[in-house]
Amino acid sequence: MIRDITIGQYYPVDSPIHRLDPRVKILASMLFIISLFVVRDFYQYLPALFFVALTVKVSGVPISYILKGLKPIMIILIFAFVINIFLTQGEVIYALGPLHVTKEGIYQAFFMMLRLILLITGTSLLTLTTSPILLTDGLESLLSPLKKIGLPAHELSMMMTIALRFIPTLLQETDKIMKAQMARGADFESGNLINRAKSLIPLLVPLFISAFRRADELAMAMEARCYRGGENRTRLKVLKYTRGDVLAGLFLMGYIGLIVGARIYL
Amino acid sequence: MAIVVENLTYVYDEGTPFQTTALEEINLSIEKGEFIGLIGHTGSGKSTLIQHFNGLIKPSSGRIIINGLDISGEKVKLSELRKKVGLVFQYPEYQLFEETVYKDIAFGPSNLGADDEEIERRVKYAMDLVNLDFETYKEKSPFELSGGQKRRVAIAGVLAMEPEVIILDEPTAGLDPRGRDEILRQIKRLHDEHQVTVILVSHSMEDISRLANRIIVMHQGRIELVGSKEEVFSHGDRLEAIGLGLPQILYLVKALREKGMDIDQGVINFDGVERMLIDRLGGLR
Repeated sequence: MIRDITIGQYYPVDSPIHRLDPRVKILASMLFIISLFVVRDFYQYLPALFFVALTVKVSGVPISYILKGLKPIMIILIFAFVINIFLTQGEVIYALGPLHVTKEGIYQAFFMMLRLILLITGTSLLTLTTSPILLTDGLESLLSPLKKIGLPAHELSMMMTIALRFIPTLLQETDKIMKAQMARGADFESGNLINRAKSLIPLLVPLFISAFRRADELAMAMEARCYRGGENRTRLKVLKYTRGDVLAGLFLMGYIGLIVGARIYL
Repeated sequence: MAIVVENLTYVYDEGTPFQTTALEEINLSIEKGEFIGLIGHTGSGKSTLIQHFNGLIKPSSGRIIINGLDISGEKVKLSELRKKVGLVFQYPEYQLFEETVYKDIAFGPSNLGADDEEIERRVKYAMDLVNLDFETYKEKSPFELSGGQKRRVAIAGVLAMEPEVIILDEPTAGLDPRGRDEILRQIKRLHDEHQVTVILVSHSMEDISRLANRIIVMHQGRIELVGSKEEVFSHGDRLEAIGLGLPQILYLVKALREKGMDIDQGVINFDGVERMLIDRLGGLR
């Protein structure tokens, strides 16, 4: 159950997308997010759908694996859907007491849902195809111009790596504690909302304690190796742009052009 | 018969690149009242196997029958099963969460629906088993105890469910020698006095050889050897090949045999060797 969560996971296969420079992938993800908010109409999503589909295909990550990643955010999707369907003003089709479903609401609900799904599949591709170390290197390199105005780029990216690195660890820990409490007869799946929330205490207390313990141990281990942050650190592998990156950049430009063009001229 | 396992196979993360076969074609049976030592390296599949016994993992294929009940089926009431089979995980102190020792130990029995009186009886029983004084410790926070005491509270939390079979996964990991001896003594008492079937998981040959009647050796998701201590220890070479080796004292026995001393096959523990040597030297003066 808990193993199904794939957010922030790296999917270790070799593909042209995996080999891209992390900086290109980070920028592409950001542009992709912006592009989704430029879209105003259903058919304008076509380039975005095509873009995501193609990237998934080339990345070698099975579609089933990506869809599995959508499962944990199902609740958010449904929530957004319901809110949109009931709370959008417009031509009333069906009324149920104070709630009324409007034509615009239905349209809006599907529109937002598609946007969220594209947003999540598109961005999850970044972590699925980039190892945490490369991701941080890329982020740091992108942020480094801002060091001049005092932004702690290295520290920020280090924090991000640690956070990403510990997602699977904490999930495993959760799984372990859950099993241990289930072995003592704990029930996480039935009962009403209040009972269920209460049943989480035996899970959350040990989880927090262990997260703090891990943080402490990690800090100690870093200190013991004289970790001093960003100043004058060199790298084993220096990031370099390749021909694939140029190609990907051109492709991305084409996509953005298409989206913006569609918005302006259609 | 307490536990029967038939053709059990378990695969982690089927259909992803993380796919690994943790268990392959496991067949074994464990009788009521046995003291089983389950030994194997990290990653040999022993932890995965024991989680099956308590229904936390469903087999990819194969069957597990506990007291005549097939628990691999869909409709099994797992709460019934958990009354029968208690599982103490590795580093069980990390699962403590309550404000007091009493409440933490009471968590299991109260989940089973016991009333207050019954809960108190069980908490007392469990604390007695792990040698924690009820009056002294019941109101203490489990977080202010020492490592060994925390572990005993956590074990008591499972014992309070009064299971017929108890499985302990590396119960002595990370404890000092005194803490280790104490826990092992309590487990032995549980088996001897309360006739509980015990499965002790460990990678320490020493611990296993001191306590178990029967040993199961696992290697790479399969059962490598099963048998009495004498039988298993007679395969010293095979144990060494998979990196487990023999209890220290048996290396002495081996060396003495190589020097031409005729030593009985039944001499497999420290006491036995001591007695044998005293005998040979003409008794105690």
